[in-house]
Amino acid sequence: MTEMALAPGAGMDKYILTLYVAGQTQKSIAAFANLKRICEEHLEGRYSINVVDVAKHPEVAIEHQILALPTLVRQVPKPIRKLIGDLSNTEKALLAMEISPAT
Amino acid sequence: MSSAQAEPELGLQKAPTGIEGFDAITYGGLPKGRPTLVCGSAGCGKTLFAMEFLVRGALEFGEPGVFVAFEESPEDLATNVASLGFDLADLQAKNLIRIDYVKVDRAEIEESGEYDLEGLFIRLNHFIDQIGAKRVVLDTIETIFSGLSNQAILRNELQRLFHWLKDKGVTAVITGERGSGQLTRQGLEEYVSDCVILLDHRVIDEVSTRRMRIVKYRGTVHGTNEYPFLIDEEGFTVLPVTNMSLVHSVTQERVSTGVAALDEMLGGEGVYRGSSILLTGTSGTGKSSLCAHFADATCRRGEKCIYFAFEEAVEQIVRNMQTIGVDLRGWIDQGLLIIQATRPMHHGLEMHLATMQRMIARVQPSTVIVDPISNLQSIGSNMAISAMLIRLVDFLKARTITALFSNLTSGDQNREMTEVGLSSIMDNWILLRDIELNGERNRGLYVLKSRGTNHSNQIREFLITRNGVHLRNVYLGPEGVLTGSARVAQEARERERQALAKESYERQRALSERKKRALEAQIAALQAEIDAEDLLATSEARDEDARLTRSKDDLQEMLSSRTARNVMNNRQGE
Repeated sequence: MTEMALAPGAGMDKYILTLYVAGQTQKSIAAFANLKRICEEHLEGRYSINVVDVAKHPEVAIEHQILALPTLVRQVPKPIRKLIGDLSNTEKALLAMEISPAT
Repeated sequence: MSSAQAEPELGLQKAPTGIEGFDAITYGGLPKGRPTLVCGSAGCGKTLFAMEFLVRGALEFGEPGVFVAFEESPEDLATNVASLGFDLADLQAKNLIRIDYVKVDRAEIEESGEYDLEGLFIRLNHFIDQIGAKRVVLDTIETIFSGLSNQAILRNELQRLFHWLKDKGVTAVITGERGSGQLTRQGLEEYVSDCVILLDHRVIDEVSTRRMRIVKYRGTVHGTNEYPFLIDEEGFTVLPVTNMSLVHSVTQERVSTGVAALDEMLGGEGVYRGSSILLTGTSGTGKSSLCAHFADATCRRGEKCIYFAFEEAVEQIVRNMQTIGVDLRGWIDQGLLIIQATRPMHHGLEMHLATMQRMIARVQPSTVIVDPISNLQSIGSNMAISAMLIRLVDFLKARTITALFSNLTSGDQNREMTEVGLSSIMDNWILLRDIELNGERNRGLYVLKSRGTNHSNQIREFLITRNGVHLRNVYLGPEGVLTGSARVAQEARERERQALAKESYERQRALSERKKRALEAQIAALQAEIDAEDLLATSEARDEDARLTRSKDDLQEMLSSRTARNVMNNRQGE
């Protein structure tokens, strides 16, 4: 999976997110797709997603205490938040990332 | 999945743990290349067992290992096992051990949708490959159940993990906390089917005892008893560390007990090296004094002795024995004598046994003294003490170590019945007893049994003097044996009789001397008489001669006076 970054938009809080996955599994693909959708819907222009394949970089998994996969980590804004799963439960994902649904 | 069936009926390969005693009861260790579940309640020693398995594997068996810690941070772990002499930092630097701390904090983690534990697999795999690990510890994996909520996923993942470990060919120890109604809270025993070990820590009569049981060990024989174990500064020890067979090498060599007269009673040469001696007696009969002599005799031969004292402190023993002329301090300073003084209540029986065995294994003495074993009754039943002593005696015999056990018996009980039923396991039995007579209490000693020696059947009086212990013959009188002042009185009478006899002899001698002298005087007087007679006789003879001469002269004279007349004729005619 390639790493990608989207240019952050101006104003409001920026979201810097890291998605840890292990290879191109069904769950990783689903997680990325779900994340992308949520961000587009609620954080348009003010987020960046960094995807890390821990199967290729196990030391990163060790360093960041990654146990379950996929894991989404919200680096910014602080505090750091961890969310595991393929993000199929949008409600829970929004809650965990403290993203208020766009109105 | 597949590699588990690699060697199906060929007997299980085992991975030695290096844990003292454990490899003996499992006939070789844990199942190699398979996971083993070690479960027990909090504080039972699971983590320590797992860590020792890993560290010894790395150090002694060339099998590096990965420790996955779910509960303790690496720093805490390192501190905890440092007390056992394990330097985790050093082992990690040498690539022998890897520690992965997996932090599972429910407060930090939210869940949304499906997930797996691939992260754990990846980390573990990374470490295993990094150092070529052959051993893995997961301590305590159940922690993830409290950190993550999707039980179905977790169970599935655990099963996958155990299979994966088998495929990986690592020998794994998985620890689990004891749950109610089952061995572990999450029923891990369902997934780990090869070997399950249960650790237990209980307190009986205020003394803590640790026990271990092998609940299951598929495809191999194993001991099924509950085995006591202990954890001390040298790690984990499972007892018995010795097997219980009755195969000991024996020797003809005799060693002195330190009391010459006692050696004499024991067939003239003391006890066999490597035999066991039971020394029973009521309080104050001199058991410890005899023990001290025994220790002293050992050290005099230049051999080492360990004295396990359960009653007195080291300094007290040294001082007290000084007063009877036994200098233990010198032997201690020379390193030949080690006095190990502990209160029995300090540990449970098993711990005592293990500490003793460890010390004996380290010091390798030729003599061991336990004074007194009866004090152990405060911490164990007679059966438990007996079992412990049998193990200790076997352990000592296997090493040809001569052992002396003192045992305090209460005054009123049958003296020939030891409380803990020890006599059958002891080779020699020396009894010290009070002999009450004439309002006195004295000490008597006799040899009740001595296997393989022509021992004396006599009671000796046991004296403790400033110059040590002495045995005296007792006098047999009409009322039985005479001891103490009765013996002294008897001795006095004996002396008196001897004195009297001597006196009368002297008198007799003087008398006959006098008589002889009188006779001699008589002889002298008679001789004088004889001499006088002789003298008389001689003088008479001389007188007679003189008279004869004189008469001849007279005749001549007469003849000449008658002149020429025919005097001659006349004379002739007469």
